[in-house]
Amino acid sequence: MRREIPLLITSIAGLVFAISYFIPHWPFGESESIFGDWITIVQSFAIWLGALNLLKVSFEKIYRKRKDSLYAGVIIFCLVATLIIGFYDGFSGLMQEPEVSFRAPGTHFDWVFVYIYTPLSSTMFAMLAFFVASASYRAFRARNFEATLLLIAAFFVMGGRVPLFDLPLLKLGISDVPYFSLFADWIMSYPLTGGMTAIMIGIALGIMSSSLRIILGIERSHVGGA
Amino acid sequence: MLSTVATILMIIVGLSMLYILYRTIKGQPIERRYVFLYIALAISLPLLMQKTAPVPVTRDVMKLVDALNELPPGSKVLAAFDYDPPSAPELQPMGVAFMKFAFKHDLQVIIMGLWPQGPQQANQAILEAMKDPEIAAKNLQYGVDYVNLGFQSGNEFVIQSMGSNFKRMFPKDDRLIPYDSLPIMNSVTNFSNIDFVFNLSSGKPGTVEWVQIAVDRFGAKCGAGNTAVQAPQVYPYLRTGQLTGLLGGMSGGAEFEKALDEEGKASTFIFSQMISHATVIAFILIGNVAFFMSRKKKKQ
Repeated sequence: MRREIPLLITSIAGLVFAISYFIPHWPFGESESIFGDWITIVQSFAIWLGALNLLKVSFEKIYRKRKDSLYAGVIIFCLVATLIIGFYDGFSGLMQEPEVSFRAPGTHFDWVFVYIYTPLSSTMFAMLAFFVASASYRAFRARNFEATLLLIAAFFVMGGRVPLFDLPLLKLGISDVPYFSLFADWIMSYPLTGGMTAIMIGIALGIMSSSLRIILGIERSHVGGA
Repeated sequence: MLSTVATILMIIVGLSMLYILYRTIKGQPIERRYVFLYIALAISLPLLMQKTAPVPVTRDVMKLVDALNELPPGSKVLAAFDYDPPSAPELQPMGVAFMKFAFKHDLQVIIMGLWPQGPQQANQAILEAMKDPEIAAKNLQYGVDYVNLGFQSGNEFVIQSMGSNFKRMFPKDDRLIPYDSLPIMNSVTNFSNIDFVFNLSSGKPGTVEWVQIAVDRFGAKCGAGNTAVQAPQVYPYLRTGQLTGLLGGMSGGAEFEKALDEEGKASTFIFSQMISHATVIAFILIGNVAFFMSRKKKKQ
């Protein structure tokens, strides 16, 4: 029964969503809405589960005195501090008339978001620029025909997505000649779109077949089966 | 003064790259850490120069601008902010330009987010837009002219549920005001009451989900702004007409600002991106010179 019940739930949920797409009327339309609400609730709990798991992993690191346990301490401190600030703002907001959300501009939580979270996460993301540049320097080599094609496409797209080569024409106000960016646009519109569409169709077919396997109970790996 | 110093430094950096090329031809390629240094300079110095770069407005951006221009005053636009601060340099200028346009053209804006940080990004965009004297003079009312419904977990299922009933997913807005107490939401039940969906996205859930559910299933009209990394994934939807228009990355933002005549941060940032792209292209060329030199050496 430990396997059969989850398999049954999966099959029913999968069938309801599949059928309701084609028959959006009672009872399928209603069932889909109810299932949608359940998904929202389950996902909300998943956020908590993620936070608790992060705490567990971090505490374990500190307890076992593993390498970089200092960072685990920073994670715990930040998580707890943000939670306390969020709860404090949330409760004090509920006491006010009219009620104020913890995320509203001017709250402590908003201050944390604007002045701590935003610059820190932007910094982390900005590191990508350095790695992309370094990877381009080392990887974009005209080693063979395919690599040369990739190199040429990269040259056109990188130069065309910014007004780098169009700058003289734009500065002079010449508009009756094709801009360099049009080449980048062409690459994005045709070769890229064609390739992406093929990949997307492939993925969709793959999803359909594995979904059918799950709905029919053939694929059981998600309940610990083979 | 700062701008002049930055310009001089930029010229020195450019000349030093020629020296790197010379060294490479001589068979002395540079180490990877120098690439990092040059990229840092190529990004930061142009920002200090405070220059803008002229951009040609491409077809995909113009399509979105045309669709927005076609909306009569009072139209209800759903703005979905599905991104977080790391993507803000690319997407926030689009959000600000959109808000300015919407408020100036008396569009009624309904904001929401499938990402927890999205609604706060929207709040920042509203604050920035409100600094415009023309918009400030309008004395726009929250709940009447615009509303922030906030974040709802559930990814694409939120869009799916909104297809039957918005209130089901957002019983209260971001300020905890009940749905029924918001005058702007009085006539909104589902997507049939929304004239346009504008989505700013940097991943999943994002534009792909909005197209697959709101557009394909519920017939909404949708335009989007995406990060440069994500844009290639949504190009197929653009060509089929499922997506009305697309703003791709920083250049999309700069083009959007130009087309709306709302020069903002993207118009400044694009100059920095242009110089950094030029630096990367230069390093790719230098890398290839180094590669061919080493191959020649091996043959000898």
